Amino acid sequence: MSGFLSIFKGKQQEPGAEVQAPSAQTKDERFYRAGQWQLVWWKFRRHRLANFAMIVLGILYFIAAFAEFVSPYDPLHRFKDFSAKPPSVIYIRDTEGRLRLPFVYGAIRARDPVTMRPVYKEDTTRIYPIKLFVRGDEYKFWGLFPSDLHLFGTGDPQMPLFILGSDHLGRDVLSRIFYGARISLTVGLIGVFLSFILGLVLGGLAGYFGGLVDEAVMRIIDVLVSLPAIPLWMALAAALPQDWPQLRTYFYVTIILSILGWTSLARVVRGKMLSLREEDYVMSAKLDGESEWQIIARYMLPGFTSYIIVSLTMAIPGMILGETALSFLGIGLHPPTISWGVMLQDAQNVQTIAQLPWLLTPVVFVITAVLMFNFLGDGLRDAADPYVT
Amino acid sequence: MLSYIIGRLLRMIPQVFLISILAFIIVQLPPGDYLTEHLNRLRQSGASIDQAEVERFTKMYGLDQPMHIQYLKWITNIVTRGSFGYSFEWQKPVNEVIVGRIGTTFVIAFLSFVVCWSLAIPIGIYVAVRQYSLADYFFTFLGFIGLATPGFLLALVIMYVAYTYFGIRVGGLFSPEFETQPWSWAKFVDLLSHLWLPVLILAIGGTANLIRTMRATMLDELRKQYVMVARAKGLSEFAVLLRYPVRIAINPILSTFGWLLVWFFSGGMVVEIVLNLNTAGPVLWRSLMRQDMYMAGAYIVIIGTLTALGSLISDILLAIVDPRIRFGSMEGL
Repeated sequence: MSGFLSIFKGKQQEPGAEVQAPSAQTKDERFYRAGQWQLVWWKFRRHRLANFAMIVLGILYFIAAFAEFVSPYDPLHRFKDFSAKPPSVIYIRDTEGRLRLPFVYGAIRARDPVTMRPVYKEDTTRIYPIKLFVRGDEYKFWGLFPSDLHLFGTGDPQMPLFILGSDHLGRDVLSRIFYGARISLTVGLIGVFLSFILGLVLGGLAGYFGGLVDEAVMRIIDVLVSLPAIPLWMALAAALPQDWPQLRTYFYVTIILSILGWTSLARVVRGKMLSLREEDYVMSAKLDGESEWQIIARYMLPGFTSYIIVSLTMAIPGMILGETALSFLGIGLHPPTISWGVMLQDAQNVQTIAQLPWLLTPVVFVITAVLMFNFLGDGLRDAADPYVT
Repeated sequence: MLSYIIGRLLRMIPQVFLISILAFIIVQLPPGDYLTEHLNRLRQSGASIDQAEVERFTKMYGLDQPMHIQYLKWITNIVTRGSFGYSFEWQKPVNEVIVGRIGTTFVIAFLSFVVCWSLAIPIGIYVAVRQYSLADYFFTFLGFIGLATPGFLLALVIMYVAYTYFGIRVGGLFSPEFETQPWSWAKFVDLLSHLWLPVLILAIGGTANLIRTMRATMLDELRKQYVMVARAKGLSEFAVLLRYPVRIAINPILSTFGWLLVWFFSGGMVVEIVLNLNTAGPVLWRSLMRQDMYMAGAYIVIIGTLTALGSLISDILLAIVDPRIRFGSMEGL
């Protein structure tokens, strides 16, 4: 049996070998033989921006998944001697002009005599090279495996490495961004998953049964759409008690985000259902005596799965921004939970931004993530209908 | 045409009614209510409570009665007397607090809207005609950035840039010296000098979106044969564009009227809070946080109704310019 399987596998790899040098004829043949998903994938590969976006998102999610290891410090570790420190400058040439591996200088902390704020000066006599795989703050990877290994750092508690500076409490901003990615990037996924279910069920019902059900669902959508999202989110989020455990708040925030997110997907599903209902093959399935559920699941759903994926991708950025806005306003997640929105709470007034501009760096990550999801969605939309060239 | 408008208007009534129910449920969601909390606070501080006053409120809003009765009282007051109830926090009727502020928010949204359309339509036409030109790439890039950056983050960044590089403290609606003065020409100019920033911030996101839509539909239309016919007739290029493809390509833009308003109100709230404007956003936010329920409810109802009105207007506009909608079925609307 296993021998048979390996033969089967070997055969499957053969078309892959052809990809290297397809002659004109085999290329055509390949096109006509390929399944829908194969075609979608080929078309997607041609969209350069979307491919780039996929790689960037891959990196971001990798960081989110391995935040403990990738970030140089524990996000709650307060370096008391290094509060509000600007980003470290990384050198490769020392004062004597010699080339070295990347390093940072030590820092001398002083206080501004007028404002009493800490000021930092570089101490060029002390050199701290940046090392890979250093031992540092202890953590439990995914809450399971204890370790203290970090991807990079100075490995010296005397002079921590602050690539994006530290906040008022002396916590490393970069580490916090990495840990924050975990929440900020998943809020959208879970929210989209919930809206996906709502949208599919309600849109499907409206489109398949039409009539009164359709009318009711469409009116509900009308109402939800005419309520501005952020005020509605604010109103719902304000209802969450402030003293709830973090995980529970997070869960409810995603529900709030998805309550409004399902409408656009429901519209897509409904429109597709309405048009597919009239198709001949659906009629013949009906005549064949198939049950309604089977018709929907086996014949209609596959007809627009790709469109659903596109609208899902396009819905994620809205949810990421929603979480950021809510947490920024102080009605979403709260410290000690770390998310990009929570981090931006520290950057709410002009004075803070002017003194510690590096606290705005989560903005860059938010915009990057949102932008990349948009690019990815664009590429997927182009590829969703591979038969149109 | 008239029957279409009347039909559309009739559809709006249950919609607004549902919005009001939702608004009421939402503001009732947080546990406890303002009056009880307020009384507790007063008791703790040892202040004397006018029992007659408390009873008057309780009776007036039916606070001791079940939810649906409370809702009926509330909505009857709104419909029959235009009164949105009493703001416990501001200690005066909600109407007094919000009329001016909703007005300012509306002015900001409307100005952003004007900026948006007057930028997006010509740019959209231009980049469609000059597809793959430098300008096309430039605006596509700008459009993506505008789309991905929500207003309040943009406001934060602009505040930082203005403060560190130009030493200006942006924010607020008036300079401090004008804050308490009566209206004058100078105060109006001062208002304008503060207003352009929120207007611009709000307009950017919408403009980016509209340019994309306009460009896409224009490109579709430009490929059609009637454009070639118009050229063959010897019309000037300008006339060819404006008479035919633009007239069709503008339809999706007209239909944005409704959701652009939603967009501006929605995004506007947080931008207004960040820029510390004395408009609807910050007040709604505070009333939500303090459970000042009639205040919060009033905002949600008013904004919901305005946006329902917005989509009504865009549907009517569409019906005027596109006979297919006027005479066709209402399906899909």
